[in-house]
Amino acid sequence: MLELFKSLWDYRGFVFSSIHNEFSARFARSRLGGLWMIINPLAQVAIYALVLSNVLAAKLPGIDNKYAYALYLMAGMLAWSLFSEIIGRCLTLFIDQGNLMKKMRFPRITLPVIVVGSSLLNYVLLFVALLAVFAMLGQWPHLQMLWLIPLTVAVTALAIGIGLILGVLNVFIRDVGQVVPILLQVWFWFTPVVYPVNIIPESFRSYMDMNPMFPIVSAYHDILVYAKTPDIQQIAVTTAIALGLMLLGLFMFRRAAPEMVDVL
Amino acid sequence: MSLLTVNNLGKAYRVYASELQRIGRWFGLPTKPSEEHWVLKHISFSIAPGEAIGIVGQNGAGKSTLLKMITGTLQPTEGRIQVNGRIAAILELGMGFTPDLTGRQNVYHAAGLMGFGAEQIRQAMPDIEAFAEIGEYFDQAVRTYSSGMQMRVAFAVATAFRPDILIVDEALAVGDSYFQHKSFERIREFQRLGTTLLIVSHDRGSIQSLCSRAILLEHGTVIKDGAPEEVMDYYNAIIAAKENATVTVIQREDGSVQTRSGSGEASIRSVSLHNSVGEPIEYVQVGESVSLKIDVQVNSDIPELVTGYMLKDRLGQTVFGTNTHHLGCKMESLAAGQTMQYRFDFEANLGVGSYSVAVALHTTDNHIACNFEWQDLALVFNVVNVSKTEFVGLAWLPPTVENSK
Repeated sequence: MLELFKSLWDYRGFVFSSIHNEFSARFARSRLGGLWMIINPLAQVAIYALVLSNVLAAKLPGIDNKYAYALYLMAGMLAWSLFSEIIGRCLTLFIDQGNLMKKMRFPRITLPVIVVGSSLLNYVLLFVALLAVFAMLGQWPHLQMLWLIPLTVAVTALAIGIGLILGVLNVFIRDVGQVVPILLQVWFWFTPVVYPVNIIPESFRSYMDMNPMFPIVSAYHDILVYAKTPDIQQIAVTTAIALGLMLLGLFMFRRAAPEMVDVL
Repeated sequence: MSLLTVNNLGKAYRVYASELQRIGRWFGLPTKPSEEHWVLKHISFSIAPGEAIGIVGQNGAGKSTLLKMITGTLQPTEGRIQVNGRIAAILELGMGFTPDLTGRQNVYHAAGLMGFGAEQIRQAMPDIEAFAEIGEYFDQAVRTYSSGMQMRVAFAVATAFRPDILIVDEALAVGDSYFQHKSFERIREFQRLGTTLLIVSHDRGSIQSLCSRAILLEHGTVIKDGAPEEVMDYYNAIIAAKENATVTVIQREDGSVQTRSGSGEASIRSVSLHNSVGEPIEYVQVGESVSLKIDVQVNSDIPELVTGYMLKDRLGQTVFGTNTHHLGCKMESLAAGQTMQYRFDFEANLGVGSYSVAVALHTTDNHIACNFEWQDLALVFNVVNVSKTEFVGLAWLPPTVENSK
């Protein structure tokens, strides 16, 4: 394990230049370049807000901002977009980079690290954009937002764990790559991102506790929409799950690494 | 101390009845692969600093698998590789280039992939830029490059830092001939400075001129390890044996229909190329005396038989052709069942490259009147330049030079 981190440190230059290249390649040929990374989720929020705000706005309790629903959507989307981007990219990571892995020797662990780095960069940009939109809608930055730092770590860990496991499996069983986007879509709708928690029927509420993304998204809502301290205990559970999955993912990655090149 | 030691190396590709069994194995379940396909077995050799080693073998002999394990991209199934130094491989140039980024940015990235830090790369950058010689293109997007320019940049990065072992796939010709010379010059310079070369090649000429030792792989094992001359002779013999075998197979089955045509009163039994001592050869040195032997069988009574041949270059252009009519060796009134052998002796004053021989049996001075048999690609041989001065073109026309003021 120690040598894993050592090789990662030796290749830090490569990791940074990869993230940088990916970012600048995005600006290379389109006028708005990286802005699309922000425009896309914001447009999605705008669509949901337009279509659903009349249906759902009345049911968002405890806040009197008339744009409450839009704020709610954006907070949830911020968490979900980071989560799904890391998983989605880890899923096809080793297949996409198969040629490189076959031809060059470099620490394989740099690949997921690059994905995480570049996803976090997008996330930070999206967050800054959200702060601007929030300010326009009358919600100013506040100290509770510092909670977002440990939350980001938790959601990233959860996504890496799941992404690494699925990415490794996908090399050997390609069906995984087809099924996961569907499951992610289902998972998205079973997490209160688009709709408020209180519209879930009482009988289904208990199932929500089995969803590790539920406490995270709720915490984002608590912080960004209601400006209050999130439920630490629930997040701790999710973080524990995330760490477990991450260790499992790393273990599978290390066991699979020698065989991966054989089948790519 | 040896630079690289390969000890009883083997590589097997494992197939599992179900991929779940493979995954179970990671977690320690006692599952067994349903099939093991060994591509390399019992490979052992060691290499001392400064040696230059050619690795030869036919397609599928396991050359690239071996090199991939030495570079470290593939993990051996059994055995050990011990490397005392840095390895660089010029196998696939331009891997990991992003088309939308500039040459310079890609150089940073590619050198980073080789494990160099930003500071080292920054110091080497002027050299890389100078070596690539692509001028202002260096700061433009790689997508605007010609493939030759991309190769130049890629080669410049790959050899920016002198490695202890350099693996070169010789089939990989780097761009135009000017740059080819330049890159070979750099490889030779590395060799002078103590870098060990591992060269994969089919080209006898470059193996013999660059290498001090050659290793021949066949069916995943080392079958010969020794002086390049000796190993290459052995290799050619293997190929020759194999080619002859395939030729007979082709003649028996339909595959030969396309290359043979004719009315069949006489047929070509075999076509072969021999050197001055009568051994069949496939590699011919420029200017070497060779004999083309053609065995002919007469199937029915014919009044006249003319045998001709043509040498064609790899593009199918005729380089030379003649027949026994023009050579004054026409046969007349032949009876069915008769066989005869022709031997055409000539000097292979040909340029370096691959050539094929087409053979025809007919009457009069051309094959249009009465064509008994016509066979294209009856034989393929390669011309290599070992002893002559360097030249280009299809023909060896040795001049003498005189200089007057």
